[in-house]
Amino acid sequence: MKHIYGWLLLTPAAILLVVFTHYPAVATLAESFFSTGTAVRPSRFVGLGNYAALLADPIFTQVLVNNFWFALGTIPTSIALAMLMAAWVNGALPGRALVRLAYFTPTVLPMIAVANLWLYFYTPQIGLLDQVTALFGAGSHNWLGNPDTVMGCLVAMTIWKEAGFFMIFYLAALQALPPELGEAARIEGASRWYFFRRVTFPLLMPTTLFVLVNATINSFKLVDHLFILTKGGPDNASNLLLYYIYQTAFSFFDTSYAATLTVVLLALLGGFAILQFQLVERRVHYR
Amino acid sequence: MNALEKAGAWLLAIVWLAPLLYACWAAFHPPAYATHFDPAAPLTLANFERAWGYAPFARHFLNTVILVTLVLGAQLVLCTLAGYAFARFEFAGRDLAFALVLLQLMIMPEVLIVENYRTMSRLGLVDTIVGIGLPYMASAFGIFLLRQTFKTIPRELEEAARVEGCSWLGVLWRVYVPLARPTYIAYALVSVSYHWNNFLWPLIVTNSVETRPLTVGLAIFGAPESGVDWSVISAGTLMAVAPLLFAFLLFQRQFMQSFMHAGIK
Repeated sequence: MKHIYGWLLLTPAAILLVVFTHYPAVATLAESFFSTGTAVRPSRFVGLGNYAALLADPIFTQVLVNNFWFALGTIPTSIALAMLMAAWVNGALPGRALVRLAYFTPTVLPMIAVANLWLYFYTPQIGLLDQVTALFGAGSHNWLGNPDTVMGCLVAMTIWKEAGFFMIFYLAALQALPPELGEAARIEGASRWYFFRRVTFPLLMPTTLFVLVNATINSFKLVDHLFILTKGGPDNASNLLLYYIYQTAFSFFDTSYAATLTVVLLALLGGFAILQFQLVERRVHYR
Repeated sequence: MNALEKAGAWLLAIVWLAPLLYACWAAFHPPAYATHFDPAAPLTLANFERAWGYAPFARHFLNTVILVTLVLGAQLVLCTLAGYAFARFEFAGRDLAFALVLLQLMIMPEVLIVENYRTMSRLGLVDTIVGIGLPYMASAFGIFLLRQTFKTIPRELEEAARVEGCSWLGVLWRVYVPLARPTYIAYALVSVSYHWNNFLWPLIVTNSVETRPLTVGLAIFGAPESGVDWSVISAGTLMAVAPLLFAFLLFQRQFMQSFMHAGIK
């Protein structure tokens, strides 16, 4: 009886999970071995042909490199800022509820709205950034239209969006630290920086690893802002893997190649998930 | 904490609020003052009126509210049943099934856009609100969260209810669900924020005003090629984020705790 009840309870969720997660994952993998069918040429088996095309595709290489720079640009800075924010908000700060609110607010905004707000900063001539640089006598810049500056612009915006989210994990970790540690350090006359470097920072390491993996996964899923700010341009300088998948499938209509790109993304996310799982396991053992 | 650090903390807070404060400035002043910060500038609501007229915001609002309600309602029912099954029933293949459920934590529906779009067109659900919500209704995260919560509830309570003549579903409804209330609230806040803000999948699966949620409407409205000026874009953006932002301001603590809960899993 228990078997039947168990499965009956599970069935509605299981059907939806199979239809929208397991089946499409398998179908995507299968499709990556076929060519995209057209009206005159039906889809046919091409083996690893799509993967060979992938390796020869300069845009694919570029989006991977872009994803790498995007992750490297956003993650360490967000984490450092998140720690600083958490330390400040955890201390004796006047109006700290308000400060904490200010840090966290970007987290609840949709990425589309964030991109709308930040577009103003980057607009040539009338944008805030150009107005500020004009005070120093610099000319007008097309910040988002220049391959050298576009990634920096997106990175700055993403740091703003994410740092406050990571802050709450550090805040929770800081509040869980035993207060005796700080008292002992004060009696010993340790400076605050020394205390942070030798005590707090190492004790926050599990949180840092956790945030690091989550932030890496996020950096591959975060593409909404590209629709507003750059559409992946100029010349793919800000294109990211998931956005390239979207373009390939829904602008170039090459669904087989999009499936091949999706397999790469799934493999990357799978790798990070395994890493995350091992970290969680280790954290459990520490306790 | 010394004075310098306090000043630093406040300065950073101001920098962090600046984009929103600027949007408020632009939205509540005539376009002539959008990049001209004059404290004597007259206040106006005209930008909101124009934004409301440029895009069918009322419709987008309605769509988003329907979407969020539909998804949350279905998630609560499906995840409760599945979480209960995993927490309290020993059935054949349970561990394998649970591992397969957890796979969705890694493969989110937005990654499988190509194949899911195909499935939606086969089901005839392209350009419907159900089509936007369906892939998210069985949420692995919700199932996991509820399973963990149900597992902490003492079995004695269940047995007592059984002795009183409660059925399996009666036990779930009268014992487990009421005791898991904090988890439900945390999950609901995260789910509502997520779907209020979600963009990529709704963009792909909708193509008419009748189904597009706020984020998609906002993206079309705010695109540089639409030629709408700053003040109006700021007003539109503020309108779109206002409900969630107000909810957040009112229930800050619950929001932060829920987001943390959700992140740690």
